[in-house]
Amino acid sequence: MANATDTLANLSPETGTGVIGVHGVTKRFPGVIAVNNVSLNFYPGEVHVLLGENGAGKSTLVGILAGLQEPDEGHLSLNGREARLASPSASLEAGISTVFQHSMLVPTLTVLENLTLGAPWYERPPRAEIAARMDELQRDFALSLPLDAITGELSLGQQQQIEIARALLRNSKVVILDEATSMLTPQGAEELGARMQKLVKSGLAVIFITHKLAEAYRFGNRISVLKQGALAGELGPEELKAMSEEQAVDQIVRLMFGRAAGATSSAHRKSSAGEQTVLKVQALSTQGDADVMGLADISLALRAGEILGVAGIDGNGQKQLAEALAGQRSLIAGRVELDGEDITGASVAQRRRKGLRYLTDDRLAEGSVAAFPISENAVLKDIGQSPFWVNGIERPQRIAQHARDLIANFSVRTPGETTPIGRLSGGNIQKLLLGRELFGEARVVVFNKPTYGLDLQNIEASRKRIAEIAERGLGVLLISTDLDELLALSDRIAVMEGGRVRGTVENDGSGEALRLRIGRMMAGEDENKRAAA
Amino acid sequence: MTMETDVNSSSAGTDTAGVAGPVNERSALQRLLTVTVGPIVAAFLLSAIILAMVGVNPLTYYGYILERSLFSGLGLEQTATRMAPLLFLCASLIIAFRAGIWNLGTDGQFLLGAVVSAATAPLLVGVLPGWAVLAVGFALAAFVGAVWSIIPALLKAYQGVNEIITTLMMSFLGVLMASTLVKLVFRDPNTTVPQTRTLPVEDRLPRLFETSISSGLVWGLVAVLLVHLMMTRTSFGLRLRTVGANPAAASHAGLSVPLLTLATFGLSAGFAGLSGASEILGVAGNVRANWNPAYGLMVIPLVFLARFHGVGAIVLVFFYSALLIGSESAARRLGVPQDFTLVLVASLLICLGLGEYIDHHKRKKER
Repeated sequence: MANATDTLANLSPETGTGVIGVHGVTKRFPGVIAVNNVSLNFYPGEVHVLLGENGAGKSTLVGILAGLQEPDEGHLSLNGREARLASPSASLEAGISTVFQHSMLVPTLTVLENLTLGAPWYERPPRAEIAARMDELQRDFALSLPLDAITGELSLGQQQQIEIARALLRNSKVVILDEATSMLTPQGAEELGARMQKLVKSGLAVIFITHKLAEAYRFGNRISVLKQGALAGELGPEELKAMSEEQAVDQIVRLMFGRAAGATSSAHRKSSAGEQTVLKVQALSTQGDADVMGLADISLALRAGEILGVAGIDGNGQKQLAEALAGQRSLIAGRVELDGEDITGASVAQRRRKGLRYLTDDRLAEGSVAAFPISENAVLKDIGQSPFWVNGIERPQRIAQHARDLIANFSVRTPGETTPIGRLSGGNIQKLLLGRELFGEARVVVFNKPTYGLDLQNIEASRKRIAEIAERGLGVLLISTDLDELLALSDRIAVMEGGRVRGTVENDGSGEALRLRIGRMMAGEDENKRAAA
Repeated sequence: MTMETDVNSSSAGTDTAGVAGPVNERSALQRLLTVTVGPIVAAFLLSAIILAMVGVNPLTYYGYILERSLFSGLGLEQTATRMAPLLFLCASLIIAFRAGIWNLGTDGQFLLGAVVSAATAPLLVGVLPGWAVLAVGFALAAFVGAVWSIIPALLKAYQGVNEIITTLMMSFLGVLMASTLVKLVFRDPNTTVPQTRTLPVEDRLPRLFETSISSGLVWGLVAVLLVHLMMTRTSFGLRLRTVGANPAAASHAGLSVPLLTLATFGLSAGFAGLSGASEILGVAGNVRANWNPAYGLMVIPLVFLARFHGVGAIVLVFFYSALLIGSESAARRLGVPQDFTLVLVASLLICLGLGEYIDHHKRKKER
């Protein structure tokens, strides 16, 4: 569909500003720069793809354009004039319609009612007029919608069509589609791609947000790659047209996963891997459903003292793998061995006692009970165990002393062990939870995104601790979405995509080449096919 | 986004913790005033205004309440006796609420427990020794109360169905079921009014010393204190509290959330059943078909006000019983409708709610 660009050359002014411009926009949230000095122009007649991993700043940028957030620095422009979008209604008035990832329709209302939401209360829905307009839309954009159907009974693809129709009925000039294909079937995604091209041919600007590389190439006229809040690069219509899909994907992978200029190069740690296999996973599979991706046929082996990294774009089954190993998620097939002992049927508590520990990425919602004091959180996984409980009766002194030891050994900054853990910063909660996982006879520690959301200093400290844990002879399974982290710490890296392990590579320190190879696997490009080509 | 605020609040905590001792104490006192004492005073003032408007001297009314419930021997004994079922219900609710389960069906569980104990105990007199009659009555009541919670418990534990709705529904059914049982199955053939057989006074729970106070009071106190200790000092209690506070963290820590949820329902409903038995085996001796004191819903605000703390609940139950006993008599003597007690209770609840609201906002501002 990239050939759609030829017909549009006259529509897209390559110079000057487009219908909306983003100029040097920076948006900070406490502790994070979500969008860092990004400048972009969106032109009528173009599908402009914003591509990036989770946390790259796409959603924040959409939020700014939709009037949900205002930039801290920089400004927006509309038709070349500086403009402010202080509220969602200001954004709508400016002709920008946003179709969010999660439906913004009222499921119990009819399609017609949803289309007329937001009209003044004293007006009757102009049914005849809307029906006439919908006929037009059906002709032009293949939007076929039964006006009297209950919205919630329609498929997700049709619901998305309602939102697009709503945008068109408002005479929008810009339509933003946020992760619009994530809910659709492959066929539905293709239809959406065709529809986007029809929309831009009628002179609209479409902003399409995705993290799927192939879609970006096939549906887009222009691709901007965001990485850690900054613009990593842009491929214009001419450039894109000149490239084959192969070349484009290569170029995008380089932009997305290549080492950012100026990033600190942390030296690769010296391996402490021993000979003995501590954790062995064979053909592990779990059940998936509409919300949770299932795992298929995962096999891994982890040696004592080894750090096995698990790379992948967020949401490709990493969390399910961690949960399955910890015993929190039931398997439909496969076998898990710890130190040669079959623990496939063991409960969460039994696995912990045998030395398999899991440090969750969800520190607040899963790892701890925010309202409970630090002392109780420190023993949450050992409730009823001696020496903290004797015959089921609590020993408050021992629990408090244990918490004080953890606080001291893991340098947790807190007023005391009676402080509710929810009051601590993410980094301090993380340290305490790490202390909890290492308590007793740990053999294997599964880390899920251990440095996610921490500040730089805590990230460094956490990575050092992970390396130390491996040096002590424990097996470490390190799940991370940060490739730099994995390359700095891991002995080997398994890459997950779509609930499978796409491949496992030795971290031989080959740098850029390895990084791109992993990036390609993360994007779901077939390793073998690439090698052959 | 929350991370930074957390850093700020925690570092602010460290900075002030050393110096701010007295400040914190004062604010604790202020909080006590806004949350407890203030609302109670306000509620009495509000009711006083209403009393004055209907032409009754509020001071006389309040005077009668005090005189009747606390300063007369018989009144005080009645107050203490009234406490027993309320205390068992407190125990029931402390378990449930601390474990994050909103068991609002205690009325049905209470009545079914009462009916079962009233139906069996009189038949067992003479067959079993006195203490065993009572023990069987209590045990059956607890069992039946727990059984009545099985449906909400299973739905909650395995389907995640909201227990507020299911327990309330089962409560309505339970109340009707109790009265049906009295009329059709357990009816005493020797009376014209539909009621169960009556447990003779000498076979009921023994009185305390030389007074008319039922020893149910002692059992009620023991129940509340035991439950309090169980919830705060044992591993089982911590497990229940963890499930209540954060089920995701509980399953992450290897606890079986469904089983612990079932246990919570069973214990809570069991204590509600015990409460019914304590009223029948201690005081009433039989159940009339239309009897439903609705103690369960009455106790909920008290347990909340006590912040699920056993000792606090005992104190509040004492005052509440005094209010119930005293205002009945005060209303009679002054010609005020009996229902004025409800006005007093309602204004108390409204004022307490307002106190919480104000306190919540103040704390938000302090952050």
